[in-house]
Amino acid sequence: MQETRIALRFVGKYDTASVSEYCALGGYGALRKALSMDKASLIGEVASSGLRGCGGAGFPTGRKWEMVSAAQGAQKYVVCNADEGEPATNKDRVIIAGDPHSLIEGMAIAGYAVGADMGYIYLRYEYPYLFPVLENAIADARNAGFLGSNIFGSGFSFDLKVVSGGGAYVCGEETALLESIEGKRGEPRFKPPYPGTEGLYGCPTLINNVETLVTVPSIVLNGGAWYASFGLGDHCGTKIFTLSGNLVNRGVFEYPRGTNLRQLIYEVGGGCPNGRQLLGVQTGGASGNIINGDMLDIPLDIDDCSAAGATFGAGDIMVFDDSKDVLEIVENLMEFFAHESCGKCTPCREGNARLLELIRKIRRGEGTMEDLDTLADLSETMMDCSLCGLGQASPSPVVSTLKNFRGAYLSMIEGGQR
Amino acid sequence: MARLIIDGQTVEINDGATILQAARKLNIKIPTLCYHPDQAVKANCRICVVEVEGQSRLVPACAYPVSDGMVVKTNSHRVRRARWNILELLFAHHSKDCLQCDRNGNCELQTIAQDMHFNRELRYTQAVRGKGRDLTSPCITNDPSKCIACNRCVYACSQIQTVFALSRENRGFDSVITPSYGRYLADTTCVGCGQCVQACPVGALTVHDDRDVVWNMIDDESKEVVAQVAPAVRITIAEALGEDPGVVSTGRLVTAMKRLGFDKVFDTDFSADLTIMEEGTEFIQRLTTGGTLPMITSCSPGWIKFCETYYADLLDHLSSCKSPQGMFGALIKEYYAPAQGKAPQDVCSVSIMPCTAKKFECKRPELGRNGYQDIDVVLTVQELARMIEQAGIDFKSLPETEFDDPFGLGSGAGEIFGATGGVMEAALRSVYEIVTKQELTDIDFHAVRGFEGIKEATIQVGDIPVKVAVAHGLGNARKVMDLIREGKADYHFIEIMACPGGCIGGGGNPIKNWAKMEHRFEAVYATDRALPVRKSHRNPVISKVYEEYLGEPGGHLAHELLHTHYVDRSSLLK
Repeated sequence: MQETRIALRFVGKYDTASVSEYCALGGYGALRKALSMDKASLIGEVASSGLRGCGGAGFPTGRKWEMVSAAQGAQKYVVCNADEGEPATNKDRVIIAGDPHSLIEGMAIAGYAVGADMGYIYLRYEYPYLFPVLENAIADARNAGFLGSNIFGSGFSFDLKVVSGGGAYVCGEETALLESIEGKRGEPRFKPPYPGTEGLYGCPTLINNVETLVTVPSIVLNGGAWYASFGLGDHCGTKIFTLSGNLVNRGVFEYPRGTNLRQLIYEVGGGCPNGRQLLGVQTGGASGNIINGDMLDIPLDIDDCSAAGATFGAGDIMVFDDSKDVLEIVENLMEFFAHESCGKCTPCREGNARLLELIRKIRRGEGTMEDLDTLADLSETMMDCSLCGLGQASPSPVVSTLKNFRGAYLSMIEGGQR
Repeated sequence: MARLIIDGQTVEINDGATILQAARKLNIKIPTLCYHPDQAVKANCRICVVEVEGQSRLVPACAYPVSDGMVVKTNSHRVRRARWNILELLFAHHSKDCLQCDRNGNCELQTIAQDMHFNRELRYTQAVRGKGRDLTSPCITNDPSKCIACNRCVYACSQIQTVFALSRENRGFDSVITPSYGRYLADTTCVGCGQCVQACPVGALTVHDDRDVVWNMIDDESKEVVAQVAPAVRITIAEALGEDPGVVSTGRLVTAMKRLGFDKVFDTDFSADLTIMEEGTEFIQRLTTGGTLPMITSCSPGWIKFCETYYADLLDHLSSCKSPQGMFGALIKEYYAPAQGKAPQDVCSVSIMPCTAKKFECKRPELGRNGYQDIDVVLTVQELARMIEQAGIDFKSLPETEFDDPFGLGSGAGEIFGATGGVMEAALRSVYEIVTKQELTDIDFHAVRGFEGIKEATIQVGDIPVKVAVAHGLGNARKVMDLIREGKADYHFIEIMACPGGCIGGGGNPIKNWAKMEHRFEAVYATDRALPVRKSHRNPVISKVYEEYLGEPGGHLAHELLHTHYVDRSSLLK
């Protein structure tokens, strides 16, 4: 299957230390074009592209821009969420390492659209080697006049700063991320107010993922309809998928939205190595649903995935072969969430640890049927009542495996000690 | 205006109101824990979740804004199940010794369990939070095993008081509210104000319990046990014993204390008057001889430690006067005891205070001499109320008794020390007459009364326009102190009280909110109005003590016994 590279268009195509090489590829042409457009038609192009946030929530990008643009405030900010904390997601790292200037260009365009003169890139703490890449690229762009005051003589000024992440998974949640930039403990805020009206330092703030922002220059250059046309069927545009786990071919690939999951796993991923059979797939990251091998015929986009009982998230696809114990995987995931819950709200703080406690009890062969009910009951309360996306989504591995791999639980309860 | 339907009933409320506020208008009770009426919304405990039509998830009623046409269910199966599950999670990580807890019967978590008739057997292993009780502070006890991580104490300490002695540490299940930087409470910037105790919904932060020390004194036949009772105590003790806020019970209080076994019960209103004599004299002296101005009051020990910690460079601004408790203590040991033919050590000096920080103050080396302290122990209103209950005394039906001589008479000026602005008003009543030698007829200084965080007024005293300010709550104190540090404060005299509302809002009182505070506040001024003497320098006992013993206000003996010095504690910030 041939890749369709839009977000990944220039990755590996130029020396990141050379802004002129980026310009030779047409770089910063989109910014020049955007600055000649009125804001409404610029935002209109982004809206008509059908681009949706690529960080996991999938909020329509054009609508978000419109809201921040319309928000009242003398000072506004653009924040790039590069806190790629989801285990087995590596797309933002690949983009920043290979094409930092598209991100800078996308952010400057976003800044112009919403009326912000300052942007922050919140870079994952575990990507220290990307700091100089970004900082040097920002300095180069500034020297070349693509950042700073009065860009292209348009009267628009914009600058960027890279901020280190706090090393916590929850800081990928947009309001915890803002708290962290402000120098506070990375904990989510209650919404509303949403960042679009009261974000960084209380100012209207546009927060977009790396992949979302690097897609913007192509849309500006070629138009929204052009981008939308890449999607299969009713789907718009493309998406980067991170294939990981027990696959022959692992890595970061960009395909049209609507691509079939089974096709992606077998034709791109090459299926499981060593003649193993596929046991299950976790889609959408650590807090995504785990589906079994019978459920793979899903067009990969946000709504189709949730309708089919999978999770789209940031496009993560982690495959497990039949040598794996699904309850061991669930235990491992719940250890992660119990560790990463910030502790602010009761359901997430207490709940993740309790899910882990029950999974361990079941794995020890001490579980009861009532424990399965408790798992489901507690999971629902966590999803229903948690303050932020972390606790709302972290029970997904439990809930989905209780449904899709029920036999694995029952055998541990009926069989007792292994 | 938004019109919404809650549980089938229609209610109208202002835009921007929350579902919780709307439900309260309908007398629908939604349980809350992290919500506190005097604090910003935190929305972290999630016990108040409700179902809103069109929302995929439950939403916290305390934080969620109403909108026109909204349909809310507060008692659906989904809501009931979520609340029980959340309560169960809290209980499984909460100490179970309710019966031995200071907050037994007065605990918000207990109340919710009662209201929801939670009778489920817990489905999880009981866990204990934190590393055990911290008893290092003489003022406040921290028991993390009872903490429910609601963050109300952190808000009170950091946002309202700007003391920053408490913070949340660790993540997830291990997260715990603890003295900052993992220190013991006694080693932090804690000033002992007890606003965290007032904010805590459970028994995780409580007043350090000194009841046993006092019982032992009372039981010891060889000792005379003498108590002084602060102005605010008569305002809040009845409330602590189940009566309405603002019920003044001075006479019943004295009776109860006599029945508990106190030999003498004196009135700290008297030493408040003494404070005015000394502080007024000091102020006039600074004003007329070019001393350091603005002069700042020194009655509030929480404020003093705050100043010693965060504004050690400005200690010269503090009045050198001891607090009324400190002055009284010195008189008990040095004037009263010898008059009884007793050694100071044989007269136990007990203070009944609205204040947790007084427990720290009484241990200051400056408040003692020759190996003994002027005040042996401080009991808060909460502890005294417990002793009264413990002794089986029916407070409500007690007859009234007068305070004992020789320190049984205080003026209205001394009484208003209990509320923010009171010390300033009392000082103005006397300073005006002493300086101008004219009678002050309108003695109510309304400009310095009330709950405004920082109050200002200019009072013409003779030919000097005296500019004064009053700040209560340490967050407000910080604002004033920053102005002084920046050289932008042109005040002559400032009153600062550590606790919001002044002493009636002190950490040792029954658990408060601003609604209760209004009643306490009114009670203070009603008491003042009813007293025959309302100016400190007109208190005949004051004149007598100066004539017989102290000499002149600000004189040699007065300085030795009634004034003090301060300590630079800025190293706590390192």
